[in-house]
Amino acid sequence: MNMLKQILKDRLAGVSLFIVAITIAAGAFAPWLAPHDPNHIHMELRYAGPSWDFPLGNDHLGRDVLSRLIFGIRPSVLYVFAALLASVCMGAIVGFIAGYFRGRTDAVLMRVVDAMLSFPGYVLTLALIGMLGVGLENILIAFVLSKWAWFARIIRTSVMQIAETDYIKYSKTIGVGHLSIMARHIVPVSLPDIAVIASSAFGSMVLQISGFSFLGLGIQAPHAEWGMMLNEARTVMFSKPELMLAPGLTIILVVSAINFLSDALQGALDPKLMSSKAKFQARTAVSAARLQGKEVA
Amino acid sequence: MSHLLEVSNLKIWDGGTGDVIVPGSSFHVKPGSCLAIVGESGSGKSVTCKAIMRLNKAGIRQSGDLVFKGENLSRLTEREMRKKRGKQLCMIMQNGMRAFDPSCVVGVHLQETLRRHFGWSKDEITFQMKIAMGSVMLKNPLEVMNKYPHQLSGGMLQRVMIALAIVLEPDLIVADEPTTALDTISQFEVVDQFMQLRERMGCSMIFVSHDLAVVRKISDEVMVMKDGVIVEQGTSQAIFADAKHEYTRYLVSTKQSLHQHFKRVMGGSGVAER
Amino acid sequence: MGWYMAKRGLYAIPMMIVISFLTFILIHLSPMDPAEVVLEAQGVPQITPELIAQTKAELGMDRPFLIRYANWLIDCLQLDFGHSYVSGEPVWTLLGPAFLNTLQLTFASVIAVIALSVGLGVICALREGRLLDRSVRGVSFFLTSMPSYLLASLMIWYFAVKLDLLPTSGMASSASYVLPVVVIAVNYAGIYFRMIRSSMISQLHEDYVLYGRASGLSETTITMHMIRNSLQIAISVFCMAVPIILGSTVVVENVFAWPGLGSLSMHAILSRDFPVIQAYVLVMAVAFVLFNTVSDMVNAAMNPKLRGDL
Repeated sequence: MNMLKQILKDRLAGVSLFIVAITIAAGAFAPWLAPHDPNHIHMELRYAGPSWDFPLGNDHLGRDVLSRLIFGIRPSVLYVFAALLASVCMGAIVGFIAGYFRGRTDAVLMRVVDAMLSFPGYVLTLALIGMLGVGLENILIAFVLSKWAWFARIIRTSVMQIAETDYIKYSKTIGVGHLSIMARHIVPVSLPDIAVIASSAFGSMVLQISGFSFLGLGIQAPHAEWGMMLNEARTVMFSKPELMLAPGLTIILVVSAINFLSDALQGALDPKLMSSKAKFQARTAVSAARLQGKEVA
Repeated sequence: MSHLLEVSNLKIWDGGTGDVIVPGSSFHVKPGSCLAIVGESGSGKSVTCKAIMRLNKAGIRQSGDLVFKGENLSRLTEREMRKKRGKQLCMIMQNGMRAFDPSCVVGVHLQETLRRHFGWSKDEITFQMKIAMGSVMLKNPLEVMNKYPHQLSGGMLQRVMIALAIVLEPDLIVADEPTTALDTISQFEVVDQFMQLRERMGCSMIFVSHDLAVVRKISDEVMVMKDGVIVEQGTSQAIFADAKHEYTRYLVSTKQSLHQHFKRVMGGSGVAER
Repeated sequence: MGWYMAKRGLYAIPMMIVISFLTFILIHLSPMDPAEVVLEAQGVPQITPELIAQTKAELGMDRPFLIRYANWLIDCLQLDFGHSYVSGEPVWTLLGPAFLNTLQLTFASVIAVIALSVGLGVICALREGRLLDRSVRGVSFFLTSMPSYLLASLMIWYFAVKLDLLPTSGMASSASYVLPVVVIAVNYAGIYFRMIRSSMISQLHEDYVLYGRASGLSETTITMHMIRNSLQIAISVFCMAVPIILGSTVVVENVFAWPGLGSLSMHAILSRDFPVIQAYVLVMAVAFVLFNTVSDMVNAAMNPKLRGDL
């Protein structure tokens, strides 16, 4: 709660939090919120401008742009979040085990991670999509499979630092069980680190998924997705450039909010990072996270 | 005016928060003498030194008069001030390891500084530095100049800075805790070099330290600071023999009791005597 | 130093072997039988089990796993990646020219990214907190949140169609480079710019800056030292930018119809042309390892601390 208060102190961060919250809620309650069926075709309304009934106008098949945007939140943001969560969880489990037990377990796990990381992230994702076939589920699976190793590497480092502290050593000496040490001492302490890294990768992953959909690798018609809406708008870009406006601005707004929030989160969770040198290092880590997510966007 | 540097009503504060760091100091440095500024960390010694050079960070503001050889430094433009720095007012930093650009060999800084002030050629600079470095007991001057800071020891870098000061022949040397980051033996050597530097050049010096043994050895006058305020000023003998202010007495006594304790533990006259 | 280089170079070899092995088994991740895919891609009307068995024998898929791997690896070393399932052409004749095209685009973009981020990073750090700094940061934040395909489309619409200044697609002339390079540079410079700026600012508090000023050096000289040190930190990151951008051109290549690896791999994925995908992955991963190795070596050569110790 304290953390929340600190984030809200910064007005822009408050606005960002609001945007992200609204987006998630709108995505979750899409069927109740959307004014129309996103896939219902009104050929007589093709390329119609904004009206009372259709506040953002209609697309090339006369479908309601607003409803498509709202339904598009699910694949564009919510499912990406789920995939991020899954790969962070996978990475966290491996990272915790490797960082806590060290020794041979660590060596073996890290060799696997190294092997995964020897592929550039985007190529691995593309390769997996190539093998599994086109489609949103396959993209999400490819995503989880290609990102976990990177999270595992970072979380391991964080856990290793915590495991080296005296109170953990003390707990081990007095015979507290491994699981109990992990659950009570290591997980809570490393959680902020994980949150910062995960949130900084989130924004670029949203961009990345929409990029795949834009290329036609992701969700298949007629389902709505922001990247795909932009791709559809692109075909008529020269005659009707305004169709790119709504989905384009939505993506920019949501991704900006996510990125801004991740910066604020970093500041709120780790006030000690505010010394210039540590801040620089943290910045580099966050930039690296952005890059990692960005590779295909 | 017989004073080389006359500081009056020097006030230093943080421009952002408005916190006053030094409320108003006045002191002077006589030609050829050494003024030691002592006090615990955070007492405003270092900020005072930087204020004399007008080198505090952008957010730190200062007011008051700094009359140096009859000229008020506070009124000079940044450009005029830059000409004074190095040439007339020379600073020696606390941490030699960090004072030189880590990505260049030590000689680069020496070259740049001397070319700036004297316009000498590369060979001339090398020649002059070789003599100066020899006089501060640095063996193989050429090799030292071609080494990166991390390849040299703190004491060696400190002596490189002293050697540069010898070539620059400034009127005033400001040494900001030059011995703090060193081990005991290098400390002894560096202090020795400072003494010789004064003897050889007859320049004045401001020597900041919290090591009273070093201060006693090198300084003519002592100024004690606490929380930004000068609590006591006077000649070195007077301060060490008969401190007026309670804080000074406290500083001297803790030093002495430590010293005595050390002597007792070591059994007889110890290294600390130096 | 020499030792370090040799060690780092040798380390790349096991990495390459791991990569090749993973690339080889990649094809088995597919839920479909490769033989079936081949037949489907060739448009065979009726796929019978006999036909599948025959194709398998033709492709050598009935032999033991490790032998197949060894054969494949030897072929790959001779740049023989097999034939495309779709067109039947040798994969290398498709991949080779595309790789060169992508490489050209990548190098042009990396140079633009470095120039843009270093220039802006240094200027903003020196003007920290002023209007210029804040507006550049605001714009870069906004542009980092913008999908590259959207930026690319907008650029085509404005510069190529409305103003008719630049070509919309292809790589016919040097003018064709402008739009794709700008899109990639704008998209990536934001991150590198932030890095350069904050490292420059952290340099400001270093003692050597104070000592330089105390010695009467000019601000220009001191700034050059700060840039030198900031770049030393950034150099490895910039080296890494080459492989990262190399593969991330997929979207931009598609929007601008650049005849490179990105376009090629997209077509291969959509038509399930496994040998092409496999070769693409292998070439990219090998390039990635090579650039990583080179960037570590450059880093070592640039960093006097490493140089002294090794």
